[in-house]
Amino acid sequence: MSRRSSRNPWWKTALGVFFTAVMLFPVYWMFNVSLTRTADLRADPPHWFPWAPTTEGYEAVLAQQLPALGTSLLVGLGCVVLTVAIAAPAGYAVAQLRLPGRGTLNFLLLVAQMIPAVVMAMGFYAVYVRLGLLNTVGGLIVADSTIAVPFGVLLYTAFMAGIPRELLQAARVDGANTWRTFVSVVLPLSRNATLTVSLFAFLWAWSDFIFASTLDRNGDLVPITLGIYQYIGNNTTQWNAIMATAVVASVPAAVLLVVAQRFVTAGVTAGAVKD
Amino acid sequence: MTTTEAPAPAAADAPPGRRTRRRRGPTAPQWAAVGFAAPLLVYLTLFYAYPLWRNVDLSVHDYTIRAFVQGDAEFVGFDKYVEVFTSSTFPTALWNTAVFTFASILFQYAIGLALAVFFRSGFRLSPLLRAMFLVPWLLPLIVSASTWAWMLSSENGIVNSVLGAFGVPQINWLTSPGTALLAVTIANIWLGIPFNLVILHSGLQSIPGEVYEAASLDGAGPWRQFWSVTFPLLRPVSAITLLLGLIYTLKVVDVIWVMTTGGPGDSSTTLAIWSYREAFGTGQPDFSPAAAVGNVLIVIALVFGFLHLQLQRRQEES
Repeated sequence: MSRRSSRNPWWKTALGVFFTAVMLFPVYWMFNVSLTRTADLRADPPHWFPWAPTTEGYEAVLAQQLPALGTSLLVGLGCVVLTVAIAAPAGYAVAQLRLPGRGTLNFLLLVAQMIPAVVMAMGFYAVYVRLGLLNTVGGLIVADSTIAVPFGVLLYTAFMAGIPRELLQAARVDGANTWRTFVSVVLPLSRNATLTVSLFAFLWAWSDFIFASTLDRNGDLVPITLGIYQYIGNNTTQWNAIMATAVVASVPAAVLLVVAQRFVTAGVTAGAVKD
Repeated sequence: MTTTEAPAPAAADAPPGRRTRRRRGPTAPQWAAVGFAAPLLVYLTLFYAYPLWRNVDLSVHDYTIRAFVQGDAEFVGFDKYVEVFTSSTFPTALWNTAVFTFASILFQYAIGLALAVFFRSGFRLSPLLRAMFLVPWLLPLIVSASTWAWMLSSENGIVNSVLGAFGVPQINWLTSPGTALLAVTIANIWLGIPFNLVILHSGLQSIPGEVYEAASLDGAGPWRQFWSVTFPLLRPVSAITLLLGLIYTLKVVDVIWVMTTGGPGDSSTTLAIWSYREAFGTGQPDFSPAAAVGNVLIVIALVFGFLHLQLQRRQEES
């Protein structure tokens, strides 16, 4: 104990706490404003703490934004299902089944991640206008999944390449065909990859603004990001309600960070750092 | 990742079926592979290739919203590109994109690296604090952008209030042409720090501790150790981080759009914002020039993208 404290002086912890506090100040401020009474929003100097907290903002969220939260949840989950259903078998084909042309495919997936979302949004708009898919939840799910699918395939490929070949051969010896091997050996072993891919697919779909604001702007069901945006446009005086919506929209990120932090880190570093 | 091609000895005692791979034409296992990849191939064709093709198509026709629905737009060749390149917005947008992108990645990287080195020493609470640093990156961009917009607001913003306490006169961060680009860049730097911190921190983990022990035996202080050990050994990871940051930052729309919508005037308009504004930002959508700007942006992104791939390949070889 004493050895550790001599090697890791307390001032480093103090400095670390200070840096974190500075970094997270905007997040605190969002929370603070969400609890501030409308009358105090224009106070000069601003109130640093919500001394007299109000739930006005949150009541407005509950009254007006519940459908939007539901839509976002639906879009996020739909995106997870679609992404995993496409990426997991593809990763298996590239990593274990020696898919012909896998080098080219890998290359295309990397290129796909570089295409700006605004360009994809225009292309999707042009396609959806003809098919009548504008302002539909299904159309938004498909568009949102384009952010996650290339990442998902690359992550599954990297992960599944690490599964020992002997295991798959053992399954084959036991009489399992390729599909059986995939379902009962490869998929269960790839649980961590599935968690990471699902987490990011959900978070990206939940946070998406570009596709929502272009493909679903007049829909009956708009996601929460668009809910916030329309809020800003409509009543710029009600910043406590806007910030309360923002706090609520941040809940999934917070939950995922607490529950699955190591998968977040794994996802961020995947592809960027090789070892 | 690197183990994909590794088990050469395993291939030797693989069932005979695998060895026929050397022959021309796909074998049965390869057909199985194609089957497993089929959903992805269909997906990429329908939801990547086709929208991108439609986008090229938009840029060489004169699409109005009416022609959009009826599908009878006039073919105009490269007219829209000429229109874009000669527009007075083009030089401004290009310059803003360059400033926004380079300032963002430079500061994100510098701050991220400093923090990564700081967190490397593993003091008490450091894993917890490092995890909390991820928060800004996980929040929906629109949440962060609207929070920054309120913090930077001219009359009621906390930033002006703090600066005012030090005697600085009110700055109209988002509404004056001189500071709008600076304001969105600051917000974007804040957003990118977590990504840089996580990647650089995990890059630091791969530098063996003995290198530092040797350096400190040779009498190198922390400053010297950073410049002669950490920085050179981290160079491959740094290059990838900077290039990924570049590619991400080029396409940023949400942050700028929510904070300033590219204004006032064109003062914080980047290429991505310009494209978004032409197509979706005004009451009158003008898809053809928007698609042309978008395609110019793709070309720029791909140039840096190929640089990234080249760099990655060279690293894999070494």
